Amino acid sequence: MAVSVLERHRVRVTGHVDAQPMLFAHGFGCDQAMWRLVAPVFAEDFRVVLFDHLGSGGSDVDAYDEAAYSGLERYAQDVLDICHELDLHDVVFVGHSVSSMIGVLAQIAEPDVFARLVMVGPSARYIDDGDYVGGFSEADIDELLDLMDSNHLGWQEPLSGMVMPGPELAEQRAELDASFCRTRPDIARRFAGVTFRGDNRADLPLVSVPTLVLQNSNDPIAPPSAGAYVRDHVPGAVLEVIETSGHCAHLSAPSETIAAIRAFVLT
Amino acid sequence: MTGDPTGLFEHAPAAYVVLDRDGGRIREANGAFLALVGRSREDVLGRGLSSMWSVAGRIFHDTHLMPTLELSGRIDEVALEIVTAGGARIPVLLNANLDRSGEHAGEAAVVRVVLFPARHRRLYETELLRATREAEEARSRAVELARSLQQTLIPPVPPVIPRLQMSAVYRPAGAGDEVGGDFYDVFNVAPREWVVVLGDVSGKGIPAATVTAYIRHTVRDLAMQHADPADLLHELDAGLHQQDTDKFCTVVVLRLSESDRGWRVTGSSGGHPLPLLGHRDGTVVELGSPGSLIGILDDARFTTFTHDLADDEFVTVYTDGVTEARRGGGALLGDETLQRLVSRVAADPASVSDAIVAAALAYQDDVAVDDIAVLTLHPTRG
Repeated sequence: MAVSVLERHRVRVTGHVDAQPMLFAHGFGCDQAMWRLVAPVFAEDFRVVLFDHLGSGGSDVDAYDEAAYSGLERYAQDVLDICHELDLHDVVFVGHSVSSMIGVLAQIAEPDVFARLVMVGPSARYIDDGDYVGGFSEADIDELLDLMDSNHLGWQEPLSGMVMPGPELAEQRAELDASFCRTRPDIARRFAGVTFRGDNRADLPLVSVPTLVLQNSNDPIAPPSAGAYVRDHVPGAVLEVIETSGHCAHLSAPSETIAAIRAFVLT
Repeated sequence: MTGDPTGLFEHAPAAYVVLDRDGGRIREANGAFLALVGRSREDVLGRGLSSMWSVAGRIFHDTHLMPTLELSGRIDEVALEIVTAGGARIPVLLNANLDRSGEHAGEAAVVRVVLFPARHRRLYETELLRATREAEEARSRAVELARSLQQTLIPPVPPVIPRLQMSAVYRPAGAGDEVGGDFYDVFNVAPREWVVVLGDVSGKGIPAATVTAYIRHTVRDLAMQHADPADLLHELDAGLHQQDTDKFCTVVVLRLSESDRGWRVTGSSGGHPLPLLGHRDGTVVELGSPGSLIGILDDARFTTFTHDLADDEFVTVYTDGVTEARRGGGALLGDETLQRLVSRVAADPASVSDAIVAAALAYQDDVAVDDIAVLTLHPTRG
């Protein structure tokens, strides 16, 4: 029996049906749970749509086809399929990390579906190339794929056991699905290859909607040079620096991330 | 460190560090951690733990480890590599949790991390991974071999017989990664004279495929020497007896000769479902009488039937993958159902083979447990 697009990607929709849609796309390594501290706030003013990329989290892994998902184009098509299924227009697309480039490809493919792009920690190319500083070498990425092989077990480990007590933690945990951040190891490894070996620099100038780049001040995955490159090559893009470490501002600095997105969508 | 009078932290038999939640800088480190990384306490305090991973480890740290910790509060058994002050790489397993117990008292949450060196385990895992990859490669080679072999069991291109239309469908069992035992062949033995052979060798895989190859070329050879199909089967039976194999087979042989009056079909079955003779008006009967299995009995019996094929008749031969299709592991599709099905589509003989295979697949929920081969012949004008 055919599984619908919405089931296939575990699409969750909240907020007002008539409000402008805001679609959140998670990056490599986790799933839609990554937006937990940011997305709910926007449900007051937007129709918030969350989903898992195929192969991640609670998506229908049986629908994963290695050949089809060997590039970001298919991931972008999935985003468009979700937009069509929900009949979304004027979408504010918020993509983290590799999903920033997935948003670029989707916007180029169907310019009318999107109103704005928000890129959280984008990089158009992770591997250094001449004067371009992506931050990594080919060998680094090969090593990452090997590392993921040795983490086969860890990536499938279900959320379980005791959690250190904290004020809201028990409550927060209850929201979390048992499939949280689980990825089938072979798919995670291929997604890593597609992500970190990608090069979308040539696509950036083709973006035709207002774009916000959020750059973490200390991001080991997407260095400032990567964010600046995206800003300089997406026509009219603006860049905001979020003072935080790591690659996930939406987790480590949610209020700053929310404020930056809000200011951008209100302009 | 304060509050560690019994050395629970400092002297723990595992490398143990406490990090700032934001930024992951090392706040406290025990003796085992300092020994592991080969650095002094002054050197490590304030440094980000991720700076001690290999580059790949840093990517993993920021894309998976930290998000998981933030969202679920803990992460277990992560395999990473520490790079020591001397540049050596030490495989470790990491467990970590997010400790927010102090937040009640206004203290910031911290991340507690325990590391275990895992050199031997990693060697073992590397071997396991290598073995798994080799097994996967071997399997895909086997699939490739099976597919290649499978293609030798049927003609690469169905021959074109003037004034006799043939439709053949061949469907291997399951996913097609095993060589089946069904085969067919169609070849020219004289001007306006053709032989059709369709059969099923017992078993599957390479042993069955070698017997199939033997039977196909032996039938081609014998067809030049014996005009009578029953004689041919006798010789084939004797030949298979002499082979060093415990395999046997069922075969149906048709010899089609064209004269000015039309097509005459003679045939014989060796333990095989009898050919069906269909008429466009929906009448379906079996042709000939059953014969012995090939390669088993000492006194095998085969008989030849003869039929002059009318312009509105057709002949269908098939393997038992059709009639022995099982619904949910239960009832067989059976001879009667098959004949009713053929009767329903008899008005269009060219559609018979496809209809039979489709029905057999549908009957077993599209998972063919046995190979299926079906071949239908009908005279055409012109």
